[in-house]
Amino acid sequence: MVRRHIISLLMENEAGALSRVAGLFSARAYNIESLTVAPTEDATLSRMTIVTVGSEEVIEQITKQLNKLVDVIKVMDLTEGSHIERELMLVKVKAVGAGREEMKRTADIFRGRIIDVTDATYTIELTGTGSKLDAFLEAIDPVFIIETVRTGASGIGRGERSLKA
Amino acid sequence: MEVTGAEIVVRCLAEEGVEFVFGYPGGAVLNIYDAIFKQDKFKHVLVRHEQAAVHAADAYARATGRVGVALVTSGPGVTNAVTGIATAYMDSIPIVVISGQVPTPAIGLDAFQEVDAVGITRPCVKHNFLVKDVKDLAATFKKAFHIAASGRPGPVLIDVPKDVTAHLTEFVYPATVEMRSYNPVVKGHSGQLKRAVQMLLEAKRPMIYAGGGVVLGDAAPQLTELTRLLGFPCTNTLMGLGGYPATDRQNLGMLGMHGTYEANMAMQHCDVLLAVGARFDDRVIGNPAHFAREQRRIIHIDVDPSSISKRVKVDVPIVGDVKNVLDDLLALLKQSKEKNDAAALNAWWTQIELWRSKDCLKYNRNGSIIKPQYVVEKLWEVTKGDAYVTSDVGQHQMWAAQYYKFDKPRRWINSGGLGTMGVGLPYAMGVQLAFPDAQVACITGESSIQMCIQELSTCKQYRIPVKVITLNNRYMGMVRQWQEFFYGSRYAESYMESLPDFVKLAEAYGHVGMRIDKPEDVEAALKEAFSPALKERLVFMDFQTDQTENVFPMVEGGKGLSEMILAEEL
Repeated sequence: MVRRHIISLLMENEAGALSRVAGLFSARAYNIESLTVAPTEDATLSRMTIVTVGSEEVIEQITKQLNKLVDVIKVMDLTEGSHIERELMLVKVKAVGAGREEMKRTADIFRGRIIDVTDATYTIELTGTGSKLDAFLEAIDPVFIIETVRTGASGIGRGERSLKA
Repeated sequence: MEVTGAEIVVRCLAEEGVEFVFGYPGGAVLNIYDAIFKQDKFKHVLVRHEQAAVHAADAYARATGRVGVALVTSGPGVTNAVTGIATAYMDSIPIVVISGQVPTPAIGLDAFQEVDAVGITRPCVKHNFLVKDVKDLAATFKKAFHIAASGRPGPVLIDVPKDVTAHLTEFVYPATVEMRSYNPVVKGHSGQLKRAVQMLLEAKRPMIYAGGGVVLGDAAPQLTELTRLLGFPCTNTLMGLGGYPATDRQNLGMLGMHGTYEANMAMQHCDVLLAVGARFDDRVIGNPAHFAREQRRIIHIDVDPSSISKRVKVDVPIVGDVKNVLDDLLALLKQSKEKNDAAALNAWWTQIELWRSKDCLKYNRNGSIIKPQYVVEKLWEVTKGDAYVTSDVGQHQMWAAQYYKFDKPRRWINSGGLGTMGVGLPYAMGVQLAFPDAQVACITGESSIQMCIQELSTCKQYRIPVKVITLNNRYMGMVRQWQEFFYGSRYAESYMESLPDFVKLAEAYGHVGMRIDKPEDVEAALKEAFSPALKERLVFMDFQTDQTENVFPMVEGGKGLSEMILAEEL
């Protein structure tokens, strides 16, 4: 069964580390929906979150192939257990006339924050799961959207479940 | 005392006990070559093309089990080396390739002979490094050799910018390597080992399928002992030939696309399959869906977890060093009071012998044209089955694999995974340098040999007396065979026109050339080539062979293992 998986990994924070992971996915024809990477509290470590789609067999191969990369320290499929997923989105929208108040109300409903204002635009900041962000974009009229930036998902295990070097 | 980066490179190689460095100089590695000039710890072998440097280092590693080393310059030096690196990668061969790079401040500025070596090789190395600080150089070498040789072996590239080879620092070679991100599993899981033993003992129609991992993991003695203890049949992959003695009764020969009838049938119809250091490659099991139609339980031993359940789902995965795992299995089997059902095993052997009686490798021995199979058989006789045999890629490679019976591991040196034409001659160089007194034969074709023929010059310079056995059918034989079978005999661009006179060519390079046209001359020519009189000479033998001969048995791409085309059916 093809499912969406969130794979978290810790790797050595070295030049070219990202290209090894990205190269692996393209060389073996695996899907990447999103990929985020940043150093952790330990500057020698990078933490990466990859959202991918695949059958059980493909996901098994992805985790094995990631583990095989010499720079990769640990790999965890977050979707195998309970976890929290968050993504940040910045949306610049037209905000004029009657639409201006409506836009603010919709942003409030989704617990978005307006972080930049001009006479004619709002920039709204939203966090949540990917599907919540999708829902927001569906809730507003696409003609008002000027620009959308999304970070891709970050994830973390619930409770005691953690990924440590 | 502070020394230059170039001096450090040379000292690292000496610390690793490197015997030979195969290479070609150029601007970015001149400092390293200057340091090589001043040392006497290892010998540098100047090839005529960087691809051959990597192939020779690769063959040295395959034949000796030690890490092979190649040294190339930046830019085209690296791109020429890529085919060699990819070849080693596909067959899991431990080599370290050192490439020069433009000076650090020039990186990224499209400098002369600049190429992103780390980027261009990334998909075909086990790991690679760009060393930007001379202080990291020694530790990087230590890591590179460790990574190349441990776990599932593979090529490692170290890219060294020219300024780094000039910078100074103290030389300290680390005694050990600690890498938190790299710790290959070496011992098999005890629970899985017990399950495997139980499954083996319950088998009624068992089969052992052994791959290149047995050869590379130096586990041939363990595999042989286990196979004999259990009384099971054993087949080897192309990469695994010699992992179990080919002349032994329990050996069913090679399996796969051009495997024997008995090996493929037994593979398809067994009820318990023990896969050892093999990866269920597409050339080995054919169509995986067809393979899965038969019910069988599979035990899979491999050092690389990602090889397990990649193409075929297995029941008992055992991750670990093949030698350790087989040792543990042997110990458990010897303790066990249970034995296999003797009647069932006998019945299975009766069936196998019936398959074997088809004599699937027979060919027409009459006629006035030399049959390529005959040349390989005679080579086996003349060399008493004890030669190192390298090959190129194509029909001659398959005939070499089918008709030269390898009883020992590391004797069969070929490009199994990538299928690189042109490897044969540089492979033979690497092997002969490692074993100067051994008989080394390169079985090749008139097309493959031309892809690295410039190395005849290297062989002259270093007096490398390999015997080149060219099965010359004036065609890219395997391409021709597929065109005959699947493209209505339309031989598009597979005929080799305007061939050189190989005898004169060999002589022009300072070697001995022979042309053999008749079957009755084959044996005498081979005996002469391997005679003491020519022991010090490279002999290039041009055998004029049957143009229309095909490799059988054959499993067509996409077909099942048991759906073979046999010679007699045509």
